[in-house]
Amino acid sequence: MRRFLRPGHDPVRERLKRDLFQFNKTVEHGFPHQPSALGYSPFLRLMAIGTRSGAIKLYGAPGVEFMGLHEENNTVMQIHFIPDQCQLVTLLDDNSLHLWSLKQHGGTSELREEHRFTLKGPPGSPPSATQVTAVLPHSSREVLYLGTESGNIFVVELPSFRVLEDRTITPEAVLQRIPEDNCNRRSCELVEALREHPKNPDQILIGYSRGLIVLWDLQNNKATHHFLGSQQLENLYWQRDGSKFISCHYDGSYSQWPVSSDNRQAEPLENTVPYGPFPCKAISKIYWQTTKNGLPYIIFQGGMPRASYGDRHSISVIHGSQQTAFDFTSRVIDFFIIFSSDPAAEFDDPSALVVLAEEELVVIDLKSAGWPAVHPPYLASLHCSAITCSHHVSNIPLKLWERIISAGSKQNIHYSSMPWPIDGGTNIAPDPPQRDLLLTGHEDGTVRFWDASGVCLHLLYKLSTVRVFLTDADPNDNMNTLGEDEWPPLRKVGTFDPYSDDPRLGIQKIYLCKYSGYLAVAGTAGQVLVMELNDEDAEHVVDHAEADLLQDQEGYRWKGHEKLKTRDGPVRFEAGFQPFVLVQCQPPAVVTSLALHSEWRLVAFGTSHGFGLFDHQQKRLVFVKCTLHPSDQLALEGPLSRVKSLKKSLRQSFRRIRRSRVSSRKRRGGGGNASEVQEANAKFDQDVLQEMELAPVQRKIEARSAEDSFTGFVRTLYFADTFLRDSSRHCPSLWAGTNGGTVYAFCLRVPPAERRMDEPVRAEQAKEIQLMHRAPVVGILVLDGRSTPLPEPLEVAHDLSKSPDMQGSHQLLVVSEEQFKVFTLPKVSSKLKLKLTALEGCRVRKVTVANFGSCKTDDYSENDLAVLTNLGDIQIISLPFLKLQIRYPCIRKEDVSGIASCVFTKYGQGFYLISPSEFERFSLSTKWLVEPRCIVDMPEVTTNNHVHKPGTENAARKS
Amino acid sequence: EFRRFSLERSKPGKFEEFYGLLQHVHKIPNVDVLVGYTDIHGDLLPINNDDNYHKAVSTANPLLRIFIQRKEDADYSAFGTDTMTRKKNVLSNVLRPDNHKKKPHIVISMPQDFRPVSSIIDVDILPETHRRVRLYKYGTDKPLGFYIRDGSSVRVTPHGLEKVPGIFISRLVPGGLAQSTGLLAVNDEVLEVNGIEVSGKSLDQVTDMMIANSRNLIITVRPANQRNNVVRNSRTSGSSGQSTESSLPSSTPNILGSLLQGEEESDEEDIIIEDSGEPQQIPKATPASESIESLSQIELLHESTQNGFLPSSENLNHSTGSISMEYEAPEPGRKSLEEDGTIITL
Repeated sequence: MRRFLRPGHDPVRERLKRDLFQFNKTVEHGFPHQPSALGYSPFLRLMAIGTRSGAIKLYGAPGVEFMGLHEENNTVMQIHFIPDQCQLVTLLDDNSLHLWSLKQHGGTSELREEHRFTLKGPPGSPPSATQVTAVLPHSSREVLYLGTESGNIFVVELPSFRVLEDRTITPEAVLQRIPEDNCNRRSCELVEALREHPKNPDQILIGYSRGLIVLWDLQNNKATHHFLGSQQLENLYWQRDGSKFISCHYDGSYSQWPVSSDNRQAEPLENTVPYGPFPCKAISKIYWQTTKNGLPYIIFQGGMPRASYGDRHSISVIHGSQQTAFDFTSRVIDFFIIFSSDPAAEFDDPSALVVLAEEELVVIDLKSAGWPAVHPPYLASLHCSAITCSHHVSNIPLKLWERIISAGSKQNIHYSSMPWPIDGGTNIAPDPPQRDLLLTGHEDGTVRFWDASGVCLHLLYKLSTVRVFLTDADPNDNMNTLGEDEWPPLRKVGTFDPYSDDPRLGIQKIYLCKYSGYLAVAGTAGQVLVMELNDEDAEHVVDHAEADLLQDQEGYRWKGHEKLKTRDGPVRFEAGFQPFVLVQCQPPAVVTSLALHSEWRLVAFGTSHGFGLFDHQQKRLVFVKCTLHPSDQLALEGPLSRVKSLKKSLRQSFRRIRRSRVSSRKRRGGGGNASEVQEANAKFDQDVLQEMELAPVQRKIEARSAEDSFTGFVRTLYFADTFLRDSSRHCPSLWAGTNGGTVYAFCLRVPPAERRMDEPVRAEQAKEIQLMHRAPVVGILVLDGRSTPLPEPLEVAHDLSKSPDMQGSHQLLVVSEEQFKVFTLPKVSSKLKLKLTALEGCRVRKVTVANFGSCKTDDYSENDLAVLTNLGDIQIISLPFLKLQIRYPCIRKEDVSGIASCVFTKYGQGFYLISPSEFERFSLSTKWLVEPRCIVDMPEVTTNNHVHKPGTENAARKS
Repeated sequence: EFRRFSLERSKPGKFEEFYGLLQHVHKIPNVDVLVGYTDIHGDLLPINNDDNYHKAVSTANPLLRIFIQRKEDADYSAFGTDTMTRKKNVLSNVLRPDNHKKKPHIVISMPQDFRPVSSIIDVDILPETHRRVRLYKYGTDKPLGFYIRDGSSVRVTPHGLEKVPGIFISRLVPGGLAQSTGLLAVNDEVLEVNGIEVSGKSLDQVTDMMIANSRNLIITVRPANQRNNVVRNSRTSGSSGQSTESSLPSSTPNILGSLLQGEEESDEEDIIIEDSGEPQQIPKATPASESIESLSQIELLHESTQNGFLPSSENLNHSTGSISMEYEAPEPGRKSLEEDGTIITL
């Protein structure tokens, strides 16, 4: 093997590299950022979500997902599936239409864009003439009806998008048949809704924005019925049998209209303002679903009393005497109902309500009593509280896996037991090779455990650390206690809750030992919790210790936040991970590094002031070490000095958001303004550019010095059983690396198991290494006699790793942001180095040891370093010779939060945040690849397909 | 004038006494002088403290020949552990300082206090429009003291003049190392950092590269002011705009001989404190590091010879007809990298 690792272009090594490494972005986990449109095909049983950046994502049964991206990156306004086809049409905010289709290719289905089209009016006509507002894919699958702002309805052929000009339905043609006394040309401005008759494909219902509704006969090209609403129209919905339809209006009312051959100018059967009598907000979309027992389900969005509940994002379900207004924490983008799609069925019999809100997907089971929510298997809202850190654990033992799932299932009892209703397509991906956990720490003090083994990132269990502390928000203060007769009958649904009670609760570091089930969690206010997995509820006292990291240093004043107050007496914990030890650092600065050794029962933690070691068996602080440079005032004062700039940047980003909102609204308001706004924006951009030219960015070139700020910041902690003092005896050791390029090594004496409780753990500083380039130390690793990284604690005890080679000489690898250096042990002499920054101008942001297996043979694998740089590149560097193997561009270098969030797995995969709510999963390995592989077959098409309802409902244009 | 006197070899006494004795013997009690002697290798070494005085006395065989110069017109450069070649000239230099070629006498400290602050290096292998400056940060408390910025420079391409982004020095901090050398100036374009080309790299990348090399920073610049360039005899062109040395070698790690040495000597200074003892420099692990480093060195040296920029190889190139970029018809791909400083600095 040594032969392969020689530098230069060894053809054998080059071939091996091809067998080992390969870069793929495989799947996006989580909830799409800024969703803007929703579509559903009852035929394919697939759901489609469009976003403001032009992405379109299709979801079916768990594991079935497709993604497409519009080249224009424009907002997706509407999505419509073509009835009984594997095709869909999207409308973007630049008024372009795109036809996508699912085609089978090499055993899997793929989503591809087939055609694009922009409706063009006659020369000289205003843009509003062709601004599409409503889309109706006809059940004949041959044409699309496009309603526009001008009131014209254009007909285009599929899939060619050829305009059939002779079939255009003009306002003039519509008005011919309508008595002039109550209608004029203005009644036919802006087509709000187009609906095909459920039984007769030759009839379509046209709703104009000002309230006029017309039933149009396509065969004879004339209006057969017209209906005059007094209110501005929002949307229309046909009842299943086609005898009636519902319209909903801007003033919060809805009306039911009869369609019969004898009365061609009907009055509404019923006109209701469900949340009246005070002024209400618009009902933007409505469903009327029939059931066997006769009582319909009326489901509508909005309509809340304007004054008191105008700010709620609600969807109301009315079924007989039952009425609930589901209250969402973020704006509702759109929703649809899953109901019987069998054309022969007499009733709709709705089974589920699927709501796409801006920050999460909520599915309500309409069949079970109480209408409980269904736990989605995908599209999890990762950001229900902002993610502050993540930690990945590969290859979880089955026992621990089952215990975590069982703890999680006790938390999920309020969910419906209904199987996931959106179940189109077939997942043909092989079973995931192993059980992987992704742990995310959140701002609200919770840790979420995700099943990251496969394509669907699924929440297994949620742990809250809040119970240990006394916070301002009293847990008994239940915001949801609404009385029985409360009106409107609001019910909070969903999990998205971005408001944190106390920012100090935020989780910063997580370490889980998969063999022992010990979990260490550290947070923003210097709190370190050690937990143990317990299958039962329990009430106990959490042992509490304080670690004064400043020790005897005097004259310092911490101006940052106070430490968290702890709860006295026993605390009740639910089944799952239960804390038994709390260490609080003093000053209570953010914990910046954490390490747990479950075999020695030790936990090490570091902040910007120093680090400490705690024996969680004896519950005793072993030692603390202050790393602070006496002149470092910034680190002492705490985060205050930086708060200002954070506030400023927040304010700026709000301004930016507001500005972009204003401009987008304007653009939508009138076609004529659009170009002006764009011009103004362009001018603004130019001004900004000029400003930048005037004051060019400068960078100071200066060597780092010991006096720099935050040099004492502890970046990494590492436990190792190695030769620290002499080459004959190895001993447990703790290593710490700081921002100033210092590495401390402590020799530990851990009493043998039988006297573990009787004798104290002792520690003594053995070495201190100062890297002269003084760059922050981001990784420390000990390689054994065979140059293999030392195994994790308990890994050998569980027979999952060969025991390390204690005969040969060990080596120490120190990774700073700028260099990789190998030193000999126990006598520290420098052996090898790789000066990454000097060579390439990039800095190390993340580094992990990863095991790469060959895709050709099962018996070859090697350990390498996976490195993410500040430029967003991923590099693989060989061990122990530190030779660069390969480099892949992965994240844009401007995407600072993406780079900061990246986490590598032990087998050459990784995750990073592409938005606050989405993880991109990537793979560096040829062997381990988790990506969606799925197939969508055309279901059998029934012969009388015209009775199918159009696949999707018109997405609420105004949402 | 010569004086001859005797000293007791076993008890030479202190330097001060000896210095007083010399002044007394020469009857120059109030004149500051420099005292030197020739050692067994023929090098002229100074006597200015007890140690080297004792050393001089103990090595005298049997005569100790001492040279005394008036401090004002002393030729410091004559001192030093020089090569054998200067051996013969030592005496004549000292006796007839006017003959010496290095005219401007810079007053510097004694050799033992000598520490380089900066130097121009690789003059022989660089185009005349470029300057490679080495800043020795280690050992001084002076800040490097300069800023860089983005900018654009004009290059000659087959399509005529073209604007390309470049990195420039934007500010020198008064009293900083960069300013005190006088070798770098505002608006100088940075071309390389420690042998790595900066073209195509962002300002932040170049900043990081410079900071990473800050202990031994070697910057190749194209000075904004081209009037102070070193004019070499070996080249005929230079001012006519016809300079043919196409550019810096474009092959990536263009670490040249002098850089390699610098790296080895100056960089490995990590410090270790064992068991709370005294800080020590971390030594290099000698036997084990075998192949890797030495191999890469050989490779790099080989590369630089191939590129034909070592002056000694120039004739060789002619005679053997081996690779010689200068005289080959320009390849189109390479051409875009060609540049001519004299035009650019108009």
